[in-house]
Amino acid sequence: MAEPQPLLHMRHITKTFPGVRALNDVELVVYPGEILALLGENGAGKSTLMKALNGVFPPDSGEIVWNGQPVAIHSPHDAQALGISMIHQELALIPYLDAGKNIYLGREPRGPLPGLIDWGRLYVQAREQLQRVRLEVDPRVPVRQLPLAQQQMVEVAKALSLDARLIVMDEPTSSLTEREVETLFEQMRLLRAQGVAIIFITHRLDEIFQVADRVTVLRDGELVGSEPIAGLTEERIIRLMVGREVSAMFERPERAQTGAVVLEVEGVSSPGAIQDISFKLHRGEVLGLAGLVGAGRTELAETIFGVRPASGGTIRLDGQPVAIRRPAQAIQHGIGFVPEDRKAQGLFLRMNVGANIVMALLRQLCRWGVIQHARAEKMGSEFVERLDIRTPSLQQRVRNLSGGNQQKVVIAKWLTREPKVLILDEPTRGIDVGAKAEIHRLMHQLAGRGVGILMISSELPEVLGVSDRVLVMHEGRLAGEFDPRRATQDDIMSAATGSNPAGNGSTSREATLQ
Amino acid sequence: MTAIIQRRALAGWLRRGMVFLILLVLAIFFALTSDRFFQGGNLVNIAVQNAHVIVVATGMTLTMLLGGIDLSVGSVAALVGAISAGLIARNGLPTEVALGLGLGLGFLLGLANGALVVYGKLPPFVATLAMMGVARGLTLVYTEGRPISGLGDTYTFWGTGKFGTVPAPIVLAIVVVVLAWLLLTRTRFGLHIYAIGGGEETSRLAGVAVNRVKLLTYAISGLLAGLGGMLLAARLWSAQPQIGVGLELDAIAAAVLGGVSLFGGVGGVLGAVVGALIVGVLANGMNLLRVASYPQQVIQGIVLVLAVTVDMYTKRLENR
Repeated sequence: MAEPQPLLHMRHITKTFPGVRALNDVELVVYPGEILALLGENGAGKSTLMKALNGVFPPDSGEIVWNGQPVAIHSPHDAQALGISMIHQELALIPYLDAGKNIYLGREPRGPLPGLIDWGRLYVQAREQLQRVRLEVDPRVPVRQLPLAQQQMVEVAKALSLDARLIVMDEPTSSLTEREVETLFEQMRLLRAQGVAIIFITHRLDEIFQVADRVTVLRDGELVGSEPIAGLTEERIIRLMVGREVSAMFERPERAQTGAVVLEVEGVSSPGAIQDISFKLHRGEVLGLAGLVGAGRTELAETIFGVRPASGGTIRLDGQPVAIRRPAQAIQHGIGFVPEDRKAQGLFLRMNVGANIVMALLRQLCRWGVIQHARAEKMGSEFVERLDIRTPSLQQRVRNLSGGNQQKVVIAKWLTREPKVLILDEPTRGIDVGAKAEIHRLMHQLAGRGVGILMISSELPEVLGVSDRVLVMHEGRLAGEFDPRRATQDDIMSAATGSNPAGNGSTSREATLQ
Repeated sequence: MTAIIQRRALAGWLRRGMVFLILLVLAIFFALTSDRFFQGGNLVNIAVQNAHVIVVATGMTLTMLLGGIDLSVGSVAALVGAISAGLIARNGLPTEVALGLGLGLGFLLGLANGALVVYGKLPPFVATLAMMGVARGLTLVYTEGRPISGLGDTYTFWGTGKFGTVPAPIVLAIVVVVLAWLLLTRTRFGLHIYAIGGGEETSRLAGVAVNRVKLLTYAISGLLAGLGGMLLAARLWSAQPQIGVGLELDAIAAAVLGGVSLFGGVGGVLGAVVGALIVGVLANGMNLLRVASYPQQVIQGIVLVLAVTVDMYTKRLENR
């Protein structure tokens, strides 16, 4: 069979930023009606390549061939005119405007007089576009009232209304629930069947095997390989991305026995979020907390940490009941919380690495209210070294670090206080494979030193691969407890969706006995 | 899902209705405590005395929806009032020409604000703060600190005359508000103001002419500030160099009371009108109750805080 003509062919693309060669002679081919997974660690050049395609950073040299014709793309507008649409990680919708207005913003159907809009036609057309992506929502509903997954579909509808023939999706699944991801994949397959090509950027390797037809891997700004998915394994993809052998994706050191109970939650509720939660966390244990988004996992963590009011129930630390109404009290009791949104809740982005690390320990680093910089600096460098945070100096602004290193800074901040309990909410979201493994290793190291770790994760392979024990939440309640060595992803999913509220139990026996 | 949307719709309705409710409560309170509140055309007086605030608050609403602000409105009002008066009293220009030039001057001053924001990349707060000083200073230079009188009947008609039985300033304010409402709800320009306030970069990428919309919005705000200044001069029979001091605060208070977000993208012009009326009713009612003018300001501040607190609370309900 003759090779069909590529829809897009980027050739010899090179892009240099001051001091960095971001892309070096990269080649990318996309055929009509295929889903191409574009992979690479953070900093490998994926975003730069996509920005070159979108006209944000036109390449220094190289050529973009679209439908057999060389084209020049100088702005996102040019890209759109050709039929190339981007769906960014941060949604590009205006939250207070409704779906219809969002879809046709900047291209509103003209009304009877110049400057007026034909609202009737706008909403009729918007409804049609939404139906094309099988989204049954009223185009007059403000998009901020829609769940994230539906907002994403509104974006897809917007792209399609622009006659997009190539849609770039930059980590579209990173904030979706498993079920929403399924729906998105169905939509992607539907688009593929309609002849639309998709470039799909993700950090979740399991997803690639579900939807992608081919895989293109970048590393350090160079093309490493482009292969059909058929002959590939996860190990091989990781090797291509990282450039070295990564033995297994998840390592769980076998621990003989976890220690005494450090955190005990008994019958805790929080109005409108969680109901009658009881569990125990042992010293040296990594306890996974799984469930769908909205099941109340983050809310549980926030209740323990004193962000949300608890109604009823008891929280014990080392067997002593404690009253935690504010985060400051939780911190004093030795609890640390690495929040889901590290940029907004975990870091001072404009401050430097050193300041971020010592932030939780300032009181101890002060004498007469004045920060002792020498001590602070010593502590900062100690943790940079211990956690292997890759930063040019303590003075580097945290904003400029990669996701993985930012996360390590957040963890370092808590480690300065030597916590007994560390709660991590989606600790590896948006972090690339190599750094992910490091975060996992770090968690196990801490557990090895006796810290009790509660890890919230929406990624089932992570929950099963890293935890010593797994709790599942469903609609604000605990819906099961599993031994990850014996449970499957399906077991967890069925508990999380409420279809099977049991556990597989080795450890749940202990829970019922006590 | 639909239950949530219905509850949100209810909360949204409640939030939009809240400002009317506050106005109603204030009116009932003053009606009960002072028998003169509903008497002798007092309500019409309130509307006449606040017509210029409504006009200026309308312009302020547009800039705030855009995600900006216009602190220069009070000074621009004073400068335009003074120069339009001077063109008649000193230079003997026909009234219509002077009024037209006044509107043009307001437009240009607003355009200058817009240019500082768009091309100078200054934060709107800083750009319009500078213009606030410049325009006030020019007013004092031009008037030498003294009122300009001798405006003529055609000019003062706009502040004191009537169309049939309706005072001219009220007619003017209604026309301005209706036009602004149509602009915001019916036109591409209006939609783009909301869009820029909700997400400037997104709007740019969607092909919205962001710079042009911003320039024009600040220009409209300047034009309305100028109109407000002339209206005030017409009502006072002379252009005072100190008019409009603090007018920007009244206008911002009106818009915020009316539910316009300080961060842009949310709100509308009708709310701002009711907000301006709340400010006016409060001042009027306190005068009737013989509250001294110094403590009046304290009460105004407290009412503003209370109203916005209620507003934020209902907004949270809506988002939950």
